[in-house]
This record gives sequence, C-alpha cells and structure tokens, in this order.
Amino acid sequence: MEKKPTSKNIRRNDIILIVGVLLVGAVLFIVIASAKTDGARVDVLVNGDVAESYPLREDRTVELAYNGHNLLRIEDGTATVTAADCPDKLCVKQRTISKEGETIVCLPHRVVIRISGGEASGMDGVVR
Amino acid sequence: MKNLGIRRISFYALLIALAMIFSYVETLIPLPFFVPGMKLGLANIVTMVALYKMGTVDAAVISGARILLSALLFGNAFSLAYSLAGGAVSLFVMILLKKTRKFGITGVSVAGGVCHNIAQIGVAALLLETGELIYYLPVLIVTGAITGCLIGIIGGILLKKLAKAPF
Repeated sequence: MEKKPTSKNIRRNDIILIVGVLLVGAVLFIVIASAKTDGARVDVLVNGDVAESYPLREDRTVELAYNGHNLLRIEDGTATVTAADCPDKLCVKQRTISKEGETIVCLPHRVVIRISGGEASGMDGVVR
Repeated sequence: MKNLGIRRISFYALLIALAMIFSYVETLIPLPFFVPGMKLGLANIVTMVALYKMGTVDAAVISGARILLSALLFGNAFSLAYSLAGGAVSLFVMILLKKTRKFGITGVSVAGGVCHNIAQIGVAALLLETGELIYYLPVLIVTGAITGCLIGIIGGILLKKLAKAPF
C-alpha cells in the first residue's frame, strides 16, 4: 500500500487546499489588522506577569535582566529589542512593535514585551 | 523477513541522522523576517519520505526521535514542548489527509506545515500565558502554506528518485 508514490505530486485538491489556507490567512490578517489600535504603554512580562511598564511616547533605553539580558529601546512610539545575550537572538530579529497587543518574545529568557492600551489609548481620534 | 528488523533499524538511524542535520542546517539559514514559531521545516522532508516510503508508524518514530534528540542536543525543555506539539499535530494531520487519498504529497505537506505552525503558536501562548501571540497566526498560516508547498514538491521529487530504493 505504502510502496507506490502517487504519480502526480500536485493534484487539484492540493491547489484548492493551498488557496483555501491562504484565503483563511488573508481574512484573519484583515480582521486582526483592522482591530488593532495604537498602544500607549510598553509592558515587560516575565512568566506572564507584568514586571515593568513604560509609556510608549517617551524615548528611553531599558536594560532588562530576567534570566539574562535584553536591551529594550523605546523610540518614536515604537518598541524594539536592540541587543540580547540569548543564544538565538530571535527577539532582536523581530520587527518593531507599536500597536496594542503586539509582542516581542524572547523564549530563552521567558520575557514578553507587549504593547498595551493603557490609559485612554493615547489617541484623540481617527479619521479614515 | 528475518533481516527486515535490522534493515528497518538501519534506515531509522539513517533518516533520523539526516533529519537532525536538516534541523541544524535550518538554524543557519537566515530568514528575511522573524515570527515566533516560523521555520522552513527542512526536517519535514525526511518525515514526508518516511511517511510515503515506509509507513505511518515509521514516520512517527523517526519524527519523534528527531525532535527528542534535537531538543536534547540544541534546545531546552521549552523548545522540546514547542517542537513536540508542532511535530505531533502536523504528523497527525498529514496521516489523516494521506489516508483520505484525495490529496497529493504537496497538499499533505501544506496541511502539515500550517498545522505545525498553529500548534506551536498555541503552545507558546499557553506556556507564556500571552494570548496576544495569536496576532501572529495569519502570518504563520501563510508562511506554513508556502514552506509546506516547497517541502511537498521537494519530497515528491525525492520519492520519484527513491522509487527503486530498497526500503
């Protein structure tokens, strides 16, 4: 039964599956992107609890020392990790975050940097 | 039949070693952008070949051993949890899809890739107690589909080349 590889590697059902999966991804993306709002605070979570919190609008650089070191930079309303001593450096590679709910994760140090709405969502109004 | 056991064990060893090399090589390839849980899934080529060439149980053994050994050598308890969740869910879905006989190897691989990413982000959200990780889901679904597609095509080519291989 297992011996015979199918002669056609891409069948019609495969295409339908791929297109379907991509559609689901696109729809989810639109739904999530439209629900996003600008954040107000940068929370540093360690093991799921907020350990530190800073306003997103004030530029600063913070040295985080939880299970290791991560350098958090807050600049022009965005947050990013510029340096870290974790083995994979994946937190440094992640893009900058600014919208409510966006996160930067450093798995080895079990640190999550998250944008939260904080007080009255730093925004006067949105014109579209 | 007598030396089937030895032959099978040899192929297990060979394929597990190959899968571990793929796991390692994968960490050397820089990706243009990073999302937690995202990867190429090169090791899945081996799982696909085992699944189609040998059988369900063999694919599970090889995939499980590769994940355990890679985690012991290069990872930690956390990475083991992610990898195991991703590997188990994706293999389960691939076996199911293959059994329906309605999909080619590419479709099976795409489903595996997508489910792998969904399972990993799910476990990460649970372990880190950060539900916001779900924001990454759309990106992970799309990248899972793309990498799954590539892996499936490569796997298909390999299976053709291996049609006369004795395992």
